Amino acid sequence: MTQPVLSVRDLRVEFVTRRGILKAIDGISFDIGKGEVLGVVGESGAGKSVTGSAVIGLIDPPGRIAGGEILLSGMRIDNLPPEEMRRVRGKRIGMIFQDPLTSLNPLYRVSEQLVETIRTHTNLSASAARKRAIDLLAEVGIPAPERRIDSYPHEFSGGMRQRVVIALALCAEPELIIADEPTTALDVSVQAQIIALLKKLGREHGTAIMLVTHDMGVIAETADRVAVMYAGRIAEIGPVRDVVQNPLHPYAKGLMGAIPSLESDTDRLVQIPGSMPRLSAIPPGCPFNPRCPYVFDRCRVERPEPIQHSEHRVACHLYDQSSVRSEAVA
Amino acid sequence: MFAFIIRRAFQAIGVLLAVGIISFAMFRFAGDPVNQIVSLDTPAAEREQVRRSLGLDDPVPVQFARYLSSAVRGEFGVSYQFRQPVSDLLAERMPATLELALCATLFAIGFGVLMGVYSGLKRDSFLAKVFQTVSLIGISLPTFLIGILLIYLFSVILGWLPSYGRGDTVRIGWWTTGFLTTSGLKALIMPSITLGLFQMTLIMRIVRAEMLEVLRTDYIKFARARGLTTRAIHFGHALKNTLVPVITIVGLQFGSVIAFAIITETVFQWPGMGLLFVQAVQNVDIPIMAAYLMLVALIFVVINLAVDILYTVVDPRLRTSIRQPA
Ligand SMILES: Nc1ncnc2c1ncn2[C@@H]1O[C@H](COP(=O)(O)OP(=O)(O)O)[C@@H](O)[C@H]1O
Ligand code: SF4
Ligand SMILES: [Mg+2]
Repeated sequence: MTQPVLSVRDLRVEFVTRRGILKAIDGISFDIGKGEVLGVVGESGAGKSVTGSAVIGLIDPPGRIAGGEILLSGMRIDNLPPEEMRRVRGKRIGMIFQDPLTSLNPLYRVSEQLVETIRTHTNLSASAARKRAIDLLAEVGIPAPERRIDSYPHEFSGGMRQRVVIALALCAEPELIIADEPTTALDVSVQAQIIALLKKLGREHGTAIMLVTHDMGVIAETADRVAVMYAGRIAEIGPVRDVVQNPLHPYAKGLMGAIPSLESDTDRLVQIPGSMPRLSAIPPGCPFNPRCPYVFDRCRVERPEPIQHSEHRVACHLYDQSSVRSEAVA
Repeated sequence: MFAFIIRRAFQAIGVLLAVGIISFAMFRFAGDPVNQIVSLDTPAAEREQVRRSLGLDDPVPVQFARYLSSAVRGEFGVSYQFRQPVSDLLAERMPATLELALCATLFAIGFGVLMGVYSGLKRDSFLAKVFQTVSLIGISLPTFLIGILLIYLFSVILGWLPSYGRGDTVRIGWWTTGFLTTSGLKALIMPSITLGLFQMTLIMRIVRAEMLEVLRTDYIKFARARGLTTRAIHFGHALKNTLVPVITIVGLQFGSVIAFAIITETVFQWPGMGLLFVQAVQNVDIPIMAAYLMLVALIFVVINLAVDILYTVVDPRLRTSIRQPA
């Protein structure tokens, strides 16, 4: 196998608070290959955004990366000095946030924001950068870009603004794009367009994409593989078809059983009773055990480690041979 | 945009009319104006004569209309104390007050923004805490006390700066300026600090709070994710977004600076309009008091209008929303 664009190894992120240390990300590992889309799903607070921030090096105090490694095309980036990490951001990793209405600085023209980003990462002249900015806007599907480029963000619709945000993330042709719920704040009617655009751009440029979303429909259509996160861990990760159609982890089963319709704009796509524990009150053993219909004794004392099971990797004692054996014995 | 300015101008005229009524009313509540003009032993017939010659026997609305129309032409009558036209007196004193207010405001903006940005970016540093303390002092100490402390330190003990007056001034047309002489500049230092200190602390606090607020916004996070340099983020993106409230404060406070110059001018015996006003109050010189009131109101109103227009220069969103009201 060729080297993955992004490789996250046993990543841990903590927030130091007055009430103690909160383990927001507690040992997750995954890879994203060239041109691959990894979908990341999970309830609000599962740690999806924190994972994205950790990869792009934007975990601010009181948060900190407490362990593990992040490799970008084989190069370790989690321990880079701030100035070198800044050069990676925007140049080699592009980021798209949830809300295009607030991602753009309202006081600067779109052209100014694009040109400044391009010139930060390349040594193009101002006029060449402007030309590239126009090309980028055309590429993300903004009509009449030579005219629209000098508009202010508020003069664009939400969907158009998200296209501008995508153009900004693409400025330096990054190897990896992290899209954190890029359509959640948008009109249902434009969500599909934005996702299609991301997919097309990823394919054309061979960009690896980490796509965080609540929308299982989007995952099913767009992602190559999917990671299901729960309480700062990856419950299950595998090829999208397998995970969506044949989820193994009890939490993933619950999720897939409840693919939300487009109208539901709730944060929770789950119909699993109960809610995710707060970080300060994660139960010992499997964090899902208070809600799990299959819970058994071992779940309450021992933390399940990810186990390879055909093409999936799943963190659940049900799939551990030793536990099956111990059950059989019991 | 144009309609917006017209609308604001009408509001401004409304405010000025209201102040006009108040200052006109001052004449009537402060006793019979005739008494201020004639001496105690003037016979009643002569008093009537004076009254009629001043138009004081006309109906009140007529008098008010006359008062307003001359105010619009810049005529505010004759000072009881100086026996000179009030407009001449004010014009003579205005440069001193305006130069003082300008320097105080520049001082407040310069130091306020610098200190605010610094303490917003490095809020846990020692210097930021020093600034916070200084600003507490600046807000809680009364102006006259600060002035007196400064005089005590820099004039009495160190002997570096003059304790009163404007120093030497140069006349340019009807304007007299202290900017062109060393003694004039030196004389400006302490009064400007005294007058501007409160505004400076205000600006500093606002810039600091705004910086902290803006640095938490999504577009700053996105700017960081785009890999922009810290400098571009702090001074290009964050600082510009703090400017709207700063303009508001500076603008709205400029009127107060002029109004509060009364105290500073008294402490430093600064020959400006404020000092003139204080003397007028002591001598019940109603024409000066009334004119000063109108003038300060006019300055307030003009500044408010200028601030509204400035907003739209800084924030493009307002430009469109004003052009096409929702
Ligand atoms: N700055 C912070 N301080 C403390 N806790 C945080 C901070 N940012 C995120 N967290 C915690 O980390 C967990 C994961 O958050 P996040 O990654 O935003 O979830 P999501 O999966 O919804 O994107 C949450 O429980 C959240 O409370
Ligand atoms: S480990 Fe136990 S509690 Fe956790 S998901 Fe599996 S069966 Fe449920
Ligand atoms: Mg999130």
